[in-house]
Amino acid sequence: MSSHTDHHSRTGVVVIGGGSTGCGIARDLAMRGISVTLVERGNLTHGTTGRMHGLLHSGGRYAVADQESAKECIQETRVLDRIASHCVEMTGGLFAKLPADEEEYFQEKLQGCRDCNIPAEVLSGEEARELEPHLSPEVEKAIWVPDGAIDPFRLCVANAADADRHGGRIETHAPVTDLVVEDDAVVGVKVRHESGPGKRVHGKEGETEEIRADYVVNATGAWAGHVGEMAGLDIEVRPSKGVMTIMNVRQVDTVVNRCKPKGDADIVVPHETTCILGTTDEEVDDPDDYPEEQWEVDLMIDELSQLVPMLEDARTIRSYWGVRPLYEPPDTGTTDPTDISRQFFLLDHDERDDLGGMTSIVGGKFTTYRLMAEKISDHVCEQLGVSTRCETAEEALPGSEDFSVLRDYMDEFGLRSPIGKRSVQRLGSKADEVLKTGEPNPVICTCEAVTRAELRDAIGGSGTDLNAVRLRTRASMGNCQGGFCCHRMASELYPTHDESVVRESLDELYQERWKGQRHALWGEQLSQAMLNHALHATTMNRDRDPAKGSSAVEYADFDAGPGPAVDADGSTRATADGGVPDGGVSNESVTDESVSSGDGGDDAAGGTRGDQ
Amino acid sequence: MGTTLQEGRVAISDDVLVIGGGLAGMTSALAAAEQGARVRLLSYKKSTLRNASGLIDLLGYTPNGDLVSDPFDAIATLPEGHPYERVGTEAIRAGFDLFDEAVGETYLGHHTDRNALVPTYGGTVKPTARYPVTTAAGLASDPRDTLLIGFEALSAFDAPLVADHLRAAGVPFDVRGVTVEFPKRFRADATAMRFARALDRDEPADEGPSNTRAALVESVKAHLDGAERVGFPALLGDDYPEEIRGTIETALGVDVFEVPMGPPSLPGLRLEDRLDGALDERGVRLTTGNPAVGFDADGGRVTTVYTDRNGRHVPFEAEQVVLASGGLVGKGVKSNREGVSEPIFDCHVPHPENRYEWFYDDAFDDHPFARFGVHVDRDLRPLDEGDEPEFENLRAAGSVLGGYDLAAEKSGSGVSISTGYAAGRAAGESA
Repeated sequence: MSSHTDHHSRTGVVVIGGGSTGCGIARDLAMRGISVTLVERGNLTHGTTGRMHGLLHSGGRYAVADQESAKECIQETRVLDRIASHCVEMTGGLFAKLPADEEEYFQEKLQGCRDCNIPAEVLSGEEARELEPHLSPEVEKAIWVPDGAIDPFRLCVANAADADRHGGRIETHAPVTDLVVEDDAVVGVKVRHESGPGKRVHGKEGETEEIRADYVVNATGAWAGHVGEMAGLDIEVRPSKGVMTIMNVRQVDTVVNRCKPKGDADIVVPHETTCILGTTDEEVDDPDDYPEEQWEVDLMIDELSQLVPMLEDARTIRSYWGVRPLYEPPDTGTTDPTDISRQFFLLDHDERDDLGGMTSIVGGKFTTYRLMAEKISDHVCEQLGVSTRCETAEEALPGSEDFSVLRDYMDEFGLRSPIGKRSVQRLGSKADEVLKTGEPNPVICTCEAVTRAELRDAIGGSGTDLNAVRLRTRASMGNCQGGFCCHRMASELYPTHDESVVRESLDELYQERWKGQRHALWGEQLSQAMLNHALHATTMNRDRDPAKGSSAVEYADFDAGPGPAVDADGSTRATADGGVPDGGVSNESVTDESVSSGDGGDDAAGGTRGDQ
Repeated sequence: MGTTLQEGRVAISDDVLVIGGGLAGMTSALAAAEQGARVRLLSYKKSTLRNASGLIDLLGYTPNGDLVSDPFDAIATLPEGHPYERVGTEAIRAGFDLFDEAVGETYLGHHTDRNALVPTYGGTVKPTARYPVTTAAGLASDPRDTLLIGFEALSAFDAPLVADHLRAAGVPFDVRGVTVEFPKRFRADATAMRFARALDRDEPADEGPSNTRAALVESVKAHLDGAERVGFPALLGDDYPEEIRGTIETALGVDVFEVPMGPPSLPGLRLEDRLDGALDERGVRLTTGNPAVGFDADGGRVTTVYTDRNGRHVPFEAEQVVLASGGLVGKGVKSNREGVSEPIFDCHVPHPENRYEWFYDDAFDDHPFARFGVHVDRDLRPLDEGDEPEFENLRAAGSVLGGYDLAAEKSGSGVSISTGYAAGRAAGESA
């Protein structure tokens, strides 16, 4: 604990955690007129939210074992379809039955859906394959439910942006270093700004800040125990890891679930241009440090290719792991994490531990993030004596309005259809503002069709943190995993940021992209990795960059050209081997004028983007 | 020339069959033809050098990562099994002589053993042994003041940023970069190819009476301000690079150079054209478009190689076969979750069993996968698990070879040329 604090500030409520729940709470409280500050140790979605499979649950998955959760899911799916249409794709979902799966369970699932008011329809194998041609011929029948796909990155950013719009403060890259406790109550938090306050900027020296608040909400999910420890609290989260594997194309357009009681590797979620296979469920001790294992990735492909055979030979792009914030009340004694309820719990530490001023929210799942946020905001308002009503289920999130005229946008911005369509989808109602630029707007990331204007808009929101830019735009998340576009993305930071900052940001993004690919390094993806390696190391020489090297390059030791020679075009060139030019410029058409002005070389004459 | 296939019935027969149309395969075919052999080159893809920068690296860094000024000094220190150790210095020199002859005046660097440092589009400099004449005026050891030109619509080359980066790399000259608008606007995802085509055809500019070339010169002129040479991203023409560069040099009154770019790479494609011409001159027969998929062997010798043409196997017979099918990128080396293999002859490719031992956690670490490939004897014959030649008359060349990291060493083209030469010469002599 450091005794020195650089800054002091005051707010109504501090929300710790910039995942879906934290962002949802910040939005909810801000809309109720409460001054709120959200602090997040990484970028938004840094924890579990950025590492989920993008399924918007109809509730079908929980319709047998956990009907409370199932009912909440169908209710919230309908809400999100309304308030966040730019983040949601209502794909529909199938629970497909293979011969090995029990008929009894199929019937229970169907009944469970009906009990929970989840629309469900039985399809024959033929009907299911008509809907999804790549479904295995072995599939006997299926239950159709209104599952969907959701983009957690866009959703979090939209919530945070709305909180900001209502006067909230969103502070990323600001890990909480301590809870401030006075007279048996939490009265604030101490944070360390890893890269200066506000948007992240590489290279700024870190400072500390004490944020005093009337109330603190611990919305750190799987990390809730770590935050609790700072005040001597014992919060029994049971973090459970799960793997997700991203395929290079969208093999299915519908969410495909295996219709069996529980198990690993039983779902395929179409997501933008890819499919995500999931998942495993293994309890871990530390949500920041757990093994990412080969068998988990193999299992995804082996198991799910039984449902969709073409997955066996399809190209995987990368695999990633997320940690569920599972919680069970003390003394429940469940040993298998798949048996732990997906319901959420409000732990008011005043009632529970005699420590006032703070509540933790644990358990739950992404689909019901808004409902969780509503419940805890109600609770906070009660503590603060505020009686404003929650409006998050009615008010659309920013970006989701006026989103019906894609064709006009495409024409207006001169974008080719896939580019225009996807840019406008990502940007929602902001498209006009972002894309309406008189300047050339080249595609920077070809795989995901992200244009310069969109990247610059994201940089405006995220600073030099290119991983955050990536999450906002999906740039560098396609087939090439950034090999062809990381450096282009980094260039967009220039000249606002200087060359060394651009280089550092690029290195960080490239490393991050590499990290995820490692679990998919075979076949096409290994070939791609070698191509990226060759491009960045061979063609650009980024691995041996002399600008980074400790020893200076002795340029005079290298070939400076063959000396006066006849060029292909017949003109003469002149540079002497050994680094001495033969009288500067000897091209026959050189004029006195250009030679005589040769000493004015470094004042960036008129460069449209020249620096300094 | 060309191919008249009598599919499935009578096999096409040659002295030497080279599999692979990249730098190693083309060099092999030239070397074999030089021995008087009747040579056929099988190439699956039409264009294989579009990913290559066009620079011909020999050895830029030692295995320890030290920058190499004279590659021939450093080659002596390479470990046993490295392709250069396998072929020896004499074959490397002879291979480069063959290359120099084939590319003629389009490449420079043969006047010295020393490496040149060429500016990259990433803003670094990199050591290379031969460089396209279009890049020659840009060498980093040449101290002339430099202006770099980038285009708003070509995001891969940010000229002011590259200039700053070069300055950070300590280059011995003043360097500035400016971004201008290309005289024509293209669709949002246009590549360097589109820019080059506009210059090749000298298409009318979007505004004003000028065509692209003249309008480009005008937009650069205003920024010249004493610069003694001007660099562009490598897009100055696909068909007429000399003419375009000459026009711009004359109009600006200073030397002009290109900075090699990533795929699709014009210097790579131009090199391919040039080598295609050399193959044609030497009477090498070319068969393109179908992958080699299998073979027959008899008494430890490969007798026939089959390509797959729409599901039908087409046989090619030869006395000697050179495998130059590429590495992981070109699919001469393949992998799946279970392991790594050479798909045509199933030659042994040593690799760790656990695929989590194929890489390290740092992006630019010394990755084992970068060294995947067949191991060979000193006659370049792939070795089986017991270190015996897989086949008496099969040699391997280029990135299908293992035991070197072309990206870290900057040795890719040099290994392709020297092993291609050695394999082709040996095959031609034996045929």
